[in-house]
Amino acid sequence: MSDTTKQTAAAVAPEQTSSSEEREVLLKVEGLKKHFPIKKGILQRQVAAVKAVDGIDFEVRKGETLGVVGESGCGKSTMGRVITRLQDPTGGSIHFEGQDITRLNSAGMRPLRRDIQMIFQDPYGSLNPRHTIGSIVSAPFRLQGVEPEGGVKKEVQRLLELVGLSPEHFNRYPHEFSGGQRQRIGIARALALKPKLVVADEPVSALDVSIQAQVVNLMDDLQTELGLTYVIIAHDLSVVRHVSDRVAVMYLGKIVELADSTKLYESPMHPYTKALMSAVPVPDPKRRGTKSERILLKGDVPSPISPPSGCRFHTRCWKATEICRTTEPQLIELRPGQQVACHHPENFADQAPQDTVLLSAAKEAVELVGEAVLEKSAETVAAAEAEEAAAEAPVADAEAPVASEGTPDETPEAESGDQESTPK
Amino acid sequence: MILLLVVSAVTFGIFFLLPRLAGQTADQLAQQYIGKSPSAADIAAVKHNLGLDQPLYLQYWHFIKGIVAGATYNLGPTTVHCNAPCFGYSFKDHVEVWPQLTSRLPVTVSLAAGAAVLWLVSGVTVGVISALKPRSFFDRAFMGVALAGVSLPMFFTGNLAILLFTYQWPIFGRTYVPFTENPAQWANTLFPAWCSLALLYSAIYARLTRSGMLETMNEDFIRTARAKGLRERNVVVKHGLRAALTPIITVFGMDLGLLLGGALITESVFSLHGIGQYAVQSIESNDLPPILGVTLLAAFFVVIANLLVDLLYAAADPRVRLS
Amino acid sequence: MTDLSKTGAAVGEPVNAPSDAPNAFLEVRDLKVHFPTDDGLVKSVDGLSFSLEKGKTLSIVGESGSGKSVTSLAIMGLHRLGPRGKNVQMSGEIWLDGQELVNASPDDVRKLRGQQMSMIFQDPLSAMHPYYKIGDQIVEAYRVHHDVSKKVARKRAIEMLDRVGIPEPAKRVDGYPHEFSGGMRQRAMIAMALVNNPELLIADEPTTALDVTVQAQILDLIRDLQKEFGSAVVLITHDLGVVAEIADDVLVMYGGRCVERGPVDEIFETPQHPYTWGLLGSMPRIDRETSDRLIPVKGQPPSLINVPSGCAFHPRCPYADIPKGDVTRTVRPELELVPGGHWSACHLPAADRTRIWTEEIAPKL
Repeated sequence: MSDTTKQTAAAVAPEQTSSSEEREVLLKVEGLKKHFPIKKGILQRQVAAVKAVDGIDFEVRKGETLGVVGESGCGKSTMGRVITRLQDPTGGSIHFEGQDITRLNSAGMRPLRRDIQMIFQDPYGSLNPRHTIGSIVSAPFRLQGVEPEGGVKKEVQRLLELVGLSPEHFNRYPHEFSGGQRQRIGIARALALKPKLVVADEPVSALDVSIQAQVVNLMDDLQTELGLTYVIIAHDLSVVRHVSDRVAVMYLGKIVELADSTKLYESPMHPYTKALMSAVPVPDPKRRGTKSERILLKGDVPSPISPPSGCRFHTRCWKATEICRTTEPQLIELRPGQQVACHHPENFADQAPQDTVLLSAAKEAVELVGEAVLEKSAETVAAAEAEEAAAEAPVADAEAPVASEGTPDETPEAESGDQESTPK
Repeated sequence: MILLLVVSAVTFGIFFLLPRLAGQTADQLAQQYIGKSPSAADIAAVKHNLGLDQPLYLQYWHFIKGIVAGATYNLGPTTVHCNAPCFGYSFKDHVEVWPQLTSRLPVTVSLAAGAAVLWLVSGVTVGVISALKPRSFFDRAFMGVALAGVSLPMFFTGNLAILLFTYQWPIFGRTYVPFTENPAQWANTLFPAWCSLALLYSAIYARLTRSGMLETMNEDFIRTARAKGLRERNVVVKHGLRAALTPIITVFGMDLGLLLGGALITESVFSLHGIGQYAVQSIESNDLPPILGVTLLAAFFVVIANLLVDLLYAAADPRVRLS
Repeated sequence: MTDLSKTGAAVGEPVNAPSDAPNAFLEVRDLKVHFPTDDGLVKSVDGLSFSLEKGKTLSIVGESGSGKSVTSLAIMGLHRLGPRGKNVQMSGEIWLDGQELVNASPDDVRKLRGQQMSMIFQDPLSAMHPYYKIGDQIVEAYRVHHDVSKKVARKRAIEMLDRVGIPEPAKRVDGYPHEFSGGMRQRAMIAMALVNNPELLIADEPTTALDVTVQAQILDLIRDLQKEFGSAVVLITHDLGVVAEIADDVLVMYGGRCVERGPVDEIFETPQHPYTWGLLGSMPRIDRETSDRLIPVKGQPPSLINVPSGCAFHPRCPYADIPKGDVTRTVRPELELVPGGHWSACHLPAADRTRIWTEEIAPKL
């Protein structure tokens, strides 16, 4: 049905990506799944599974920061624990520096633990209260049997200094430190063995705003200084925008959009990304009252035990049509550096233009999509399509007019225009 | 279903382990039933009659069969039939164990129930008051008493109670009167025993309640209850106590179950002819079948108490209800 | 209930002169809340004054330990209850609709709680009793202040659940808190707080525990309900985005004191206190591409037992040396009216403040 458009889009994509910056791939994740079985009865038969992560693909390139955002329950934290192999994946594969680490046992992972480190959210819970800072930060050396140059103590003191703590803190205990300082200790511990990849799960969300900024800056500095690669998992879209080169947006165990940070935030393509970003309050009172810019999703995220068919977002999406209910959209690169899994993306040519009848749920999906949003999205879509059409003219000229006329129909408010724009 | 599995597992364990723990061999057992200086032939005969020469799993099977269908014991010259819930037969006293247990059960139940009511009411009350006024004089005084209650052994408090209240000032009766005959007299004679037992337990419950309440009263939902404008009394009782008491149900159920299996020391101290005292007697006289019977009954009570606790807990806390 | 006649600028009127019953609907004067502990006296709130009109929203902003939550509990009279309530030292005045609360009898304050003023909390899961049905908890809140049958109260509970946007309210009224999602629980919490049509609603970090999309729903709901009931809202938060979204006035707290107070546009456009600058500079913003670094406030928040002398912010303030002498270290700055029309407590000369803000801070934000 929509194959022609998909193909053309896919065909255009590669040649454009080739021009984009190519960095060496450090971590490659394919079809990653993590299901948590739900067991019942005496025999503990598995009756269902929480599909926390349900088939995701992405790459992390050397030296970059990949941000992962999503609401609670979208599987982002589970993803973090699986790619660091703190939990075993249910399916898919993980390659680190070309080596398949999907099925490595703990002995096999041991040497890799040096290269992959994790920073946790809770600076209180992740430090053993009975150990001194010195012994906490030096633990990786002991566990890996590494003797750093100049001795462990000297190295630990150097690390403490690196993260902005005083080397004299060596013999103190975690409770003597504030939240921000504890997070610094966690970072020092993670960096002890000079890892290549650092996965940080909500590294700043437990901290106060002013302290949060200190830690964000610190992580930034350390990246420049040590050439670290980060995967930063966070629910705060502002923080993620600030720290990330690329951002993956997760919804119910899937990546719905994966794009360069600037592109994602300036012209999000997936309706969920758009809704998510429009919900973030902006510290600018003048923009208040411009309700037109806000998309207010109704209802709650469905259960990951039995996620909706087709596109998982279709139950809450204001653009959902029949195809969204029946066919799962693939994550494809529609624009260079921007992968989206959507049949009816924003800011881009419709991927299923013939499918114009909105699902009844779609009309009730959002409380208010301001007229401005709809107009704007129609406008940008039209513009994008004009561009596309021009580019594709020799290949698929028949496709363009249908697409450009069909798209405004996706927006509930524009339904009146339906009769005119449908040629048949 | 699970309950039955547990009970049978327990009986199995008791059956196999108890004789070994008591350090008796089949020979010694048989010897007991004959009397002084038996000949080897006599022992073999007795062993054969009683089935002690059979493999253990068969003995276990007979025992279980006895509980369901009754059993017949061959005592050499005569045979004895032990009726349906056959919990064994005491070859020393020549009585069936089950009727002994049933005749003694009311005493034990009376003791346990009365004491339970006393300790629950006093323990929880003291605990709540202490929690509401932490570090106050009352709190310190009662927690001191509680500490004494936990530390003092039953044979001290029990004997002291007897000495004071039945001999020094004879307020209370000395011999047990069944409830059905004279409730007032029943309560009167049991009261010192109740109090002694309750002192021990209420001390534990006061501490449990106090710490539970202290924790609960710091919960957010207590703040919400106050924010509604509820009177402090309602906040404490309806919101605080309700949440703090739920874990206590578990402990209470277990304690009660254990006590129903016989309060060994209390019953002995107060000369109450209950199950606990029966157990003590049997142990003293090295009579294995009653010990086995009492243990089995006690295990049964504990298992039942466990089940009731689970059901009660589910009723009290909607979060653990099965979906 | 929805008397909107007494509207007016909530800030801008000097509130230091103690007089009798004030004109404002809610007025707090020189509020001090101190907690004695083994380590010393914790001065959680140390001389706070503000006022608020009906139909208006005041946001109290600050980091953890700044005293913002204690202020809200003080208005509700909540921290005086409970085992350690007796020890709390509280002084100053809190006037709610012509009635003084600090020196009122506990039972008088209790009668106001839930009726004239009510509160919603950060984490609706722990703030609701796990053993009682949502409906029963709302019914209880209604019946404390209304002598009605359970049936009538239940009808009211269903009506409120419907009003806050809970689907199938007649069915959900019999649900338990753990059966609700986070957003639905917070809605139920709001229904419970509003069941008696309070004139003052205090929301303590009402959306911090929620996802952004749900946060947007809840903020929208609070705004709509405020319009409908005309209540005064005190919203406590650490998120300046939420403040910009919903507040009419802003009060920035630091170390138990107000450092800056004024209309929301003023505070965001021409903030006058270095701490406010620090907060603005610390926030990553979703609406701007900032490859620039954040400008954090250096150091750690102050201890409330040993609050720094002079201006409590001076150890962390990059401009503490600009005023002559060691005035920042010795003299506590009082709130002063600044040219823009709001209040700020800072020793920096006005000219320096304007220069630093317009030349150094604002361009980097």
